[in-house]
Amino acid sequence: MEKPQNKKTLSLGKSKWSYAPSPESTSHITIKPQYELFIDGKFIKPGSGKYFDTINPATEEKLSSIAEADEKDVDKAVKAARKAYDKTWSKLPAKERGKYIYRIARLLQERAREFSVIESMDGGKPIRESRDIDVPLAANHFFYYAGWADKLEYAFPNRKPQSLGVAGQIIPWNFPLLMAAWKIAPALATGNTVVLKPAETTSLTALKLAELIADSGLPDGVVNIVTGAGRTGAAIVNHPDIDKIAFTGSTDVGKLIQKAIAGTKKKATLELGGKAANIIFADAPIDQAVEGIVNGIFFNQGHVCCAGSRLFIEESAAGEVIRKLKDRLETLIVGDPLDKNTDIGAINSKQQLATINKYIEIGKKEGADFYQSSCSIPKKGYFCKPTLFLNASQSHRVVQEEIFGPVLTIQTFRTVDEVIEKANNIPYGLSAGVWTDKGSKIFNLTTKLRAGVVWANTYNKFDPASPFGGYKESGFGREGGLHGLMPYLKF
Amino acid sequence: MKTIITLPDFTKTPTVDQVGVEERVARFQTRSIKKESKVQGLKLALNMIDLTTLEGKDTEGKVKQLCYKAAHLHDVMQGLPTVAAVCVYPTFVKLAKKQLEGTGIKVASVATAFPSGQSTRKVKIEDTKFAVANGADEVDMVISRNEFLEGNYNYVFDEIAAVKEACANARLKVILETGELSTLDNVRRASEIAIYAGADFIKTSTGKIAPAATQPVTLVMLETIRDYYYKTGKMVGMKPAGGISTAKIALQYLVMLRETLGDAWLTNQWYRFGASSLANDVLMQLQKEQDGVYQSGDYFSRD
Repeated sequence: MEKPQNKKTLSLGKSKWSYAPSPESTSHITIKPQYELFIDGKFIKPGSGKYFDTINPATEEKLSSIAEADEKDVDKAVKAARKAYDKTWSKLPAKERGKYIYRIARLLQERAREFSVIESMDGGKPIRESRDIDVPLAANHFFYYAGWADKLEYAFPNRKPQSLGVAGQIIPWNFPLLMAAWKIAPALATGNTVVLKPAETTSLTALKLAELIADSGLPDGVVNIVTGAGRTGAAIVNHPDIDKIAFTGSTDVGKLIQKAIAGTKKKATLELGGKAANIIFADAPIDQAVEGIVNGIFFNQGHVCCAGSRLFIEESAAGEVIRKLKDRLETLIVGDPLDKNTDIGAINSKQQLATINKYIEIGKKEGADFYQSSCSIPKKGYFCKPTLFLNASQSHRVVQEEIFGPVLTIQTFRTVDEVIEKANNIPYGLSAGVWTDKGSKIFNLTTKLRAGVVWANTYNKFDPASPFGGYKESGFGREGGLHGLMPYLKF
Repeated sequence: MKTIITLPDFTKTPTVDQVGVEERVARFQTRSIKKESKVQGLKLALNMIDLTTLEGKDTEGKVKQLCYKAAHLHDVMQGLPTVAAVCVYPTFVKLAKKQLEGTGIKVASVATAFPSGQSTRKVKIEDTKFAVANGADEVDMVISRNEFLEGNYNYVFDEIAAVKEACANARLKVILETGELSTLDNVRRASEIAIYAGADFIKTSTGKIAPAATQPVTLVMLETIRDYYYKTGKMVGMKPAGGISTAKIALQYLVMLRETLGDAWLTNQWYRFGASSLANDVLMQLQKEQDGVYQSGDYFSRD
């Protein structure tokens, strides 16, 4: 390992010139004290009369009460979706379907600011990300799939694509609005109707989306949004009149879903966990690779299924990369998600923070070298400093298991074969990153890495036109792009 | 104590990925600088300006007026710093030096057949010596871009080293003229050559070629300075010049500096803006922070 030649350090982070707080205003948004279920175009109370709290993870304060849907509520939603499918949506000319989806996209763009602020309040992600990534990308997904609605015969020539019927969709808490868009847009474009359940810690933007959908004039029952936790999700999965399950979330739940629908006619796409290798070769543009490491693991507090959580550095460059990475960590600002200068916001929930802390303890016990940025974190709320585990081993649990937080394990490698073997030696296969100046090396690796997405000299790049999905225990089926239409069609 | 520094092979400088650089730059641009940190940043920017006039039509009168402005930016406001230096052609150094006596403001002179650098080594050395003999505190030289693009890196290196020697105690700023180097890989290589050859500062542009200073180019140069510091513990200064005309852009440059090199460089000892019209926009912003309303440009003297 190359040794740094001098010990003088840069003074970064706690500077004599620091940034004053610059919080995004919340005066323009409204959050109702209570939210109902969105079924058949109307907001209705849950049959059980039960509600649960949704809180702001940065302040631990309650934001609103959310209706809890039980089996009967889910049944109502599925019936509404079936009726809408039979009576209106499947009868509508494809061009008209496209118009509605375009309208949703435009409305979302118009209300982007409101959605990004609520997304950051309810989920803890920095406003910079919800404003610049989540919300615009969600709108782009609607725009993109609106375009396909009347062109399905051209997407699949000579194959007579037909819609499936009612899609049951269950989405996670890491990208609440964006995942709703990923699910709803292709389902509607292909002529299906939807029953969607957001995650219980982040229901607000999905319910705001329900309001927006109602405003758009979409026929009643085409999109239904039911809120709740695991039980509500199970009710969707087990409902006999659902034709298709689309799930994004943990591998454990994904396995349960597959068991539950075994033997039924339900089609499924599962987008599950990941533990991606981010591979840095010595000939890479090192300064940009360091940025790629940071974007790979600290984007959205590391709550990203395709996060580059396992870093592999070619041994001859390890000293330089680690020194630069540690310096870069000092400039990351952890804190109030609504502050425009925040780089890393709040951990989504108390439970998730406990999981992350549990893994940090495991990592320390396993003997990898623990390192955290010297930044300060707010006393209230759920926060975690950016964390590194240097000199980690392939057999460490922190290397093998998905942590879903701002925790990066670092290993070195010596040869290309070695790094391919280690990168693939994991139950997951969602994504990977390769950093090198040499094009041939990139193509060699992309053909050998068992991962659905491989980024070269960049990381965590998403586009509606680009398919996304995993190998192995990271799931199956693709979302986004032309491929994202297929799971919602029969031929 | 002497530190022995091994020269790198300039044909094998680290590679730079342009897309990645542009993304990093975009992040600096989204930093939101408000209230007291804005005021502090603006004053810092003012104090880092090399107030510049480099025109064929420069006269003694023009230089005198510029020197007065340098020391009296906007006398109706209290607590303003002065600019760092006044930058002129060698023939005006003596005059500027006299005008700025006792102000603490440095006199910088361009030299070495500025701006093209198309001349003999002998002429360039004479040019430098003339400026220094007239009292220049700082010399802004240009590199031979023709030799650089031909791959004669040793020629470029030797020339800078020779000018550095001619500078004696004056600090040397080496202008890479990045607008003529075309790639960020070239910017990285030219920066390394200049630093190892003895530059006290590296500087983007003459201001005579478009594009002049850009943020991606400046970031690559700052990262070269950082890598040199990592290796040797020695600091090198940075001067983006040309095209930085608004306070908002200047603050973005300072954010980049703060997050790349850190505290030690946040002073005009190690960072400068080469600019002629930036000062007034910064003053206008400072006045706005003080009064809450913008004033017309006519309330700020133009020289």
